[in-house]
Amino acid sequence: MANERQATTSLYQETLIAGLWRENPVFRLLLGMCPTLAVTAAVKPALTMGLSVIFVLLCSNIVVSLMRNLLKPHLRILMFTLTIATFVTIADLFLKAFVPRMSETLGPYVPLIIVNCIIICRAEACASKNTLIISIIDALGMGAGFTLTLCVLAGVREILSTGAIWEIPVLPTDFVPWAAMRMPVGAFITLGLLLGLVNVTSKRMA
Amino acid sequence: MDTLNILLMGFISIVLINNLVFTKFLGICPYLGVSGRIDMAFGMGMAVTFVVTLSGTLTWLIDHLILLGTPLEVTRYVCFILVIAGAVQLVEMYLRKFFPALYESFGIFLPLITTNCAILGLCLFINLWGIDNLIEAVVLSFGAGIGFTMAICIMAGIRENLNLADVPDCLKGAPITLITAGLLTLAFMGFAGMIR
Repeated sequence: MANERQATTSLYQETLIAGLWRENPVFRLLLGMCPTLAVTAAVKPALTMGLSVIFVLLCSNIVVSLMRNLLKPHLRILMFTLTIATFVTIADLFLKAFVPRMSETLGPYVPLIIVNCIIICRAEACASKNTLIISIIDALGMGAGFTLTLCVLAGVREILSTGAIWEIPVLPTDFVPWAAMRMPVGAFITLGLLLGLVNVTSKRMA
Repeated sequence: MDTLNILLMGFISIVLINNLVFTKFLGICPYLGVSGRIDMAFGMGMAVTFVVTLSGTLTWLIDHLILLGTPLEVTRYVCFILVIAGAVQLVEMYLRKFFPALYESFGIFLPLITTNCAILGLCLFINLWGIDNLIEAVVLSFGAGIGFTMAICIMAGIRENLNLADVPDCLKGAPITLITAGLLTLAFMGFAGMIR
């Protein structure tokens, strides 16, 4: 009995931690590239995006997990997409009402969460097969991993493009900002180099 | 004459200057995933062009004839994604019937066009830019598809040659593709400001 409980607890822990490093959605699974590249010019929008994704991921995983026994195989992707679209609409209206300026900065990238592969992937790979609790933990782990990655990328780009982080200056005033970092070029190249770094680190650790 | 001018400018701007892949980061997943071989890339580009033209037009019609100005506006995203999923289903059925060889070679990537952000993104941008003319919406959607095809074909061409290059171990695969894409966007930035 005690053993069984211990086994479930460690399963929960493993699911939670998997999203952060071993199965990190951006670095390892290369999912959700569009928002990763588009909203990471600064930390604030990146964090807002990450939190919206956590909300949508959590809600859609809960709903999908609850209806997993009712799904017909050929209609399941459509059902996932409709569920996600509903929650994204809620998130979008919420952002528009409470942080209108941030919603303007993010623009169409909030509704684009609908086609974010992370959420469909988790619905398909985890929520449609597992119990409610596992799905919730998985959503939290994956969402946290995604948000963390977004913030790291945004932090690097914001420091190099403005010399500030979270709009607070950190570098000496004679630092010349790299304008390219704010542009698409900076996004692609920073992510490419970060992926290389992750590859090196994981090889060292293995 | 004036209309023609506007349409032409709109087309060139969406293909070169506001290219969805290079400036808006849309459609990155297939751009990185299917750009290994140039024939696959071209087929993918054509399928996306067809779906994006169809769904851009349909979503404009739905938006302007049914949703606009009614409380139903909140269901916009749900409607858009339904239209796109339907259009993709149509392409899938058509290809399976008339081009079975092409259908086989696409495999999983065909249904995945539904989750290609370039398509939903374009429908949202047409809505955001306030395009109030059906012909303009059609031209923009078609141009977006052509722009995507161009981007993915250039990338596939580069990657076919990249196979022969000596890339550091840790950068093999996705990282070097991303860096290449970054350099490509740098090239396309040269077009910025050509048309206001």
